[in-house]
Formats: sequence, C-alpha cells, structure tokens
Amino acid sequence: MLKIENLHARVEGKDILKGLTLTVNPGEVHAIMGPNGAGKSTLGNVLSGRDGYEVTAGSVTFNGVDLLALEPEERAAAGVFLAFQYPVEIPGVNNTYFLRAALNAQRKQRGEKELDSMQFLKLVREKLKIMQISDELLHRAVNEGFSGGEKKRNEIFQMAVLEPKLAILDETDSGLDIDALKQVAQGVNALRSTERGFLVITHYQRLLDYIEPDFVHVLADGRIVESGDKTLALKLEEHGYAWVADKDPALSGASA
Amino acid sequence: MSEAQRTPFVESLLEAAAQAQLPGSGIGWLDAARRENLDAFVSAGLPDTRVEAWKYTALRALGQRRFAPGDEQAATRVVDAATFTLPGVDGPALVFVNGVFRADLSRVDALPAGLSLQPLSQALKGDAEPLRFALSRHYREGGDAFARLNAALSGDGVVLRVAPNAKVAQPVHLVFVGAAAEGDLAWHVRHIVELGEGAELSLVEHHVASGEQQHLGTQVTDIVLRKGAQLRQVTLQNASAGSSLVRHDSVQLDEDAQATLYVLELGGALVRHDLHATLAGDRSRLETHGVFVLNGRQHIDTQMAIRHQALNTASDSVWRGVADQRSRGVFRGAIVVAEGADGSDASLSSKNLLLSGQAEIDTKPELEIYADEVKAAHGATVGQLDERSLFYLRSRGIPLVEARAMLTAAFCRAVFASLDNDALREHLDQQLMAHLPSA
Repeated sequence: MLKIENLHARVEGKDILKGLTLTVNPGEVHAIMGPNGAGKSTLGNVLSGRDGYEVTAGSVTFNGVDLLALEPEERAAAGVFLAFQYPVEIPGVNNTYFLRAALNAQRKQRGEKELDSMQFLKLVREKLKIMQISDELLHRAVNEGFSGGEKKRNEIFQMAVLEPKLAILDETDSGLDIDALKQVAQGVNALRSTERGFLVITHYQRLLDYIEPDFVHVLADGRIVESGDKTLALKLEEHGYAWVADKDPALSGASA
Repeated sequence: MSEAQRTPFVESLLEAAAQAQLPGSGIGWLDAARRENLDAFVSAGLPDTRVEAWKYTALRALGQRRFAPGDEQAATRVVDAATFTLPGVDGPALVFVNGVFRADLSRVDALPAGLSLQPLSQALKGDAEPLRFALSRHYREGGDAFARLNAALSGDGVVLRVAPNAKVAQPVHLVFVGAAAEGDLAWHVRHIVELGEGAELSLVEHHVASGEQQHLGTQVTDIVLRKGAQLRQVTLQNASAGSSLVRHDSVQLDEDAQATLYVLELGGALVRHDLHATLAGDRSRLETHGVFVLNGRQHIDTQMAIRHQALNTASDSVWRGVADQRSRGVFRGAIVVAEGADGSDASLSSKNLLLSGQAEIDTKPELEIYADEVKAAHGATVGQLDERSLFYLRSRGIPLVEARAMLTAAFCRAVFASLDNDALREHLDQQLMAHLPSA
C-alpha cells in the first residue's frame, strides 16, 4: 500500500531524511521509533504534504500513485491521515461543521455522494462510541480550549469519521498522562482492520504497550537502522537508543 | 477658493442645486441653510489627501465625474421587494429608491405604540419646526464636503422618534436602493433619529442595488439616545459594485444610554463611513462591531471617532477587515477620553487580513486620554492566514480555496456572535461567505 524508497528530504537546507525505505501493507501496524532529531516528525510531514519539506531523492507511492505529486487535500482524499503531534486550534470554525466539510470534500474528490446533515449526524453518533468524546466538544470550535488529551482524542475521532487507508500517528502519546494514553490507544485499536495500515511514530515505548505493533523500526540519522517485531521496542526501552548506535558504528557520531 | 478650481463634480452638483425642487423649499430657515451649505461646498470643493481624514482616500477621480441632478423616475422605477427582504426583519420599513421615498414599497401601517416614523419629505410638509435644529446646521467650519453637499441637496430621509419608555420589539428596516438609471446620479438622504428616555429600538440600515450603476449616495444621520435609551443597529451595506457611498453617522448617548452597532460593509466601489459617537452622559455604553470584506478594486474607508465625555462611560469596538485582489481598506479608530470623564473604559481591536499581495489595509487606532482612572486598550494587526491552520484543514481533505474561505469567514464571524436576531445573524453570515473568494 505505502512504499517509501530511498527517501531523502531536507528542511531549511538541512538534510533530515537520508535514504529511508519502508513498506506498509494493509492491516499492518508499523512503529517508527527513534531519538529526538532522527527525522520522525519529518517523515509524517513529508507523507502528508506539509510545505517547507523538500524531497531531494527517492520516491513514495501509495497504492501505486506518486504520493509526493499530490496536494495535501488530495492525499487525504486518497486515504492518508496524519494525526498531528500538535493539533491546531481554529477559533470560529465549529468542530462538527469542519469534520463534515472535510468528509464531504474527500467524498467529492473521490466522486462519491456527499452526506447530508442527517446522514452525517448518524455517522458521528456511531463513531462517538469508538472514541469517548463529549457532545460538548463537537459543538466547540476546532480544538479551541481543548486539553492536551482532548485534542489527541479529537484527532483519533476525526480519523474514525474519515476512515483513512493509512493512518500516521505523529507522537500521539506526547503530553498524555497514562489514562489519556489508554483512551487514545483504545480508539486506535478499535480502528485497526485488515484494510487499514498504521504508521505509529513515537519516542517512547510505552504507547506500544497499548497499541501492539506488527513491526518496529528504529529511525536514526534519517534512516531506518534496525527493524524487527515488537520485542525490538522492549530492547530499546531497556538499552536506550545508544544501543542501536553501538551496533552500527556509522552512527556512533550521530547525536542521540 | 477661486472659481477656477471648480471640478466637473462641483459644477454638476451646482447645476443640480439650481434645478432641484427639494421638499421643504419655501421654508425660510431651510432655504438659507441649504444655500449656505452649498456655498461652503462650492468654495471648498472636495478635500485632497493632504487633509488627515482623507489621507488614504483620494477623491481626484470622483472630482472629475459628473452626476445628473436627480432621478425623475425614482418614484416609479420597478424594484423587486426581494432585493431588500431580510430574514428576521419584518417590522415597519421605509424604502428609498435613488434617495426618493417610495410609499408603495414601504410598510408604515400599524406602527407599534410609541414609534413615530415618516420620511423627511413628508415631515417637511407639516410642522418643520422640530427639525429646525438638525437641518439648519451649517458646515462652514466643521464637517466636510459631503456633509455640506448633503445639507444643501437632501430633501428626503428618515425621521424616527421613539416615545419615552416605549419598547419597539420589531426591528425597523430602512432601505436605500441604488437603482440603475439612464446615467450616473447623485442622491442624498438625511436622517434624524431620537429615542426618548428609557426607549428601546432595533434598527436595520440596509443599502442594496437594483441593477448595476455608478451613482453617488450621501447620507447623514443624527442619532440621539436620551437617558437610559437602548439602540441596537445593524447596517448591511451591499451597494452596487460600481457605486460610491458616503455615510456620516453621529450618535449621542445621554446618561445610562446604550448603543450596540453592527456594520457589515460588502458593496460599493468607493465607500466612506464616518462614525462619530459621543458618550455624553454618565454610565453610557457603546459597542461597535464591524466587518469589511473587499475585493476587486474596492476602496472602503471607515473613520470612527468615539468621545468619552462623562463619568464611568464604556466603549468596546471590534473591527475586522479582509482585503483581496487589488482592494484597499482603511480603518481609523480614534478614542478620546475627555478631561473629567473619569472611570471610563475604552477598548478597540482592529484586526485585518490580506488575501492578496496587491491588497492593502491601513489601520490606525488612536487613543487620547485626559482623564483619571481610565481603562483603555487598543490593538491593530494586519496579517495573512495562518499557514498551520491552512495545512491542518487541507490535511483533512479540504481544498485550499475552501480552507482559505473557511478561515477567513471564521476570522470575521465572531464579530456578529452577540447579535441576538438569529435569522438576521445567519443572513449576515451567508452574505459574508458569499463575498469571500471562492467560497
């Protein structure tokens, strides 16, 4: 489904990704772990099409389509969803209105019929069961005045409504206490399916206690330096990122 | 000033004055006032940009234009009532077409108790004496070219009074239709509004177009709120894209009076709005909420001046401007807290959004304080849409143009949030959305 090959990207003239290769198939959950500055967030931003990230080499295809050639909204319509590390507050735009506009914009781009307000309301009610979000938050402006946990839950709720093929979770665990973390993880687990792939980007192993990955990759200095199953995450937790650097002499100079 | 400086603009209006059969002519004091104001207008002409109040609004092009003396067919032009029907506004209505009162389009039967509402042209046929104070004003020194012009040539408008303690529930709708005519014409309306002690009124001032035209409209409004009176006024300015419109509002608030003004400026090519408010009585309160949305080559200039003149007065002003393409917006908000107006509270926020590299917005908040224990805050910004917000919306599938429209609407919308006429607020919202690029 997602095929990243030898991806090089730079931000503000600085090379961040230096030859990243990764394949995600439907139904798989891949965890990307790595120290600060390894390029984790850059990967999420490049995949979702944020401005300011220059791809200098390599390719990304999504179901055979050149993902990098698409505008952010086209990527969304194609089925790519990024759960933001820092969800943006948008005063004056109602949360429900925004979500309906987003869903219908995607459906329109895909040539599907748009949902009327009754159909949309029905869908929202259904999805509310997955993610415990109070009605009150739906009636507020997008993320405005939400707590950290509420913002992250709102991201997952949006994901539930938009039903992407590939969900990228960018440090969704950051800033969450253990209860909020569990709630978010439950929401994610409820959305796991054989048709949906996940890319879970995280600095800490603890999120993976609740969202069990099929594969774990270690990202260091812009490349994947180690891949394995979920036990790799535990090893990392035990030995720290220095352990990966030790195993790979080429990385020993890299900052951790 | 020498005769040599007479522009085509001044000449054409001088001709108009010679031909005009204005309502009320024959009333000695009114004839004299009109004459004096015309003389003052002719001798001073239009201000240029060296005059501070006109620094950002050049009138050179207007000065080269000629306007027909008036619309002889204004009384019979066909205007579809749908052009000015507003949801949530179905009370009494006075409708003017090219500055002329139209009884056939108005709704003045069964006025609520305590409301007196009639066109100026009619009021002048009866006892004109109560209007003498307002209409005999001379603008030789103060005032500007348009106030003089209006005083010289206006013969119609609105005379509205609310009796003490009368509470008029239904909003009163004042409609000014610019209707296509054979050529460009100038029309002038003059309004006098007074709310007696403890009276309450909702007013909707509405400028609309019937067909494309490039008329010039001038309007001068005096509003007086007596002790404890409450006014809520909504102005929806949706004039024809090619027209020029100059409005001058003066609002006086006596003790404990309250005025809440909402202004949405959408139409017109050259629009100037002067809003002067005087908090003359202790504890009087003024709120102004304004939005202008410009595109094409529109030029809209709002000059607001609020004077706190009494104890414990309050003013709160929130203005938002959006300029796209090659348009230009000007906002000046001047607040003066006069000596002795202790305990006053004044706040002013002017935030503006440029949607195009060729658009321009000049905003200038001014604060002068001569009193003690005053709370005052003001802020003004001009900026672009937030990139992070744009990306967030796009990452959810909302195309760029739609995302921009959504954020721009959100930027403006909060200004009208406190308007408690839901149907009217939603209509303003829709009008706003319709004027935003590619919404």
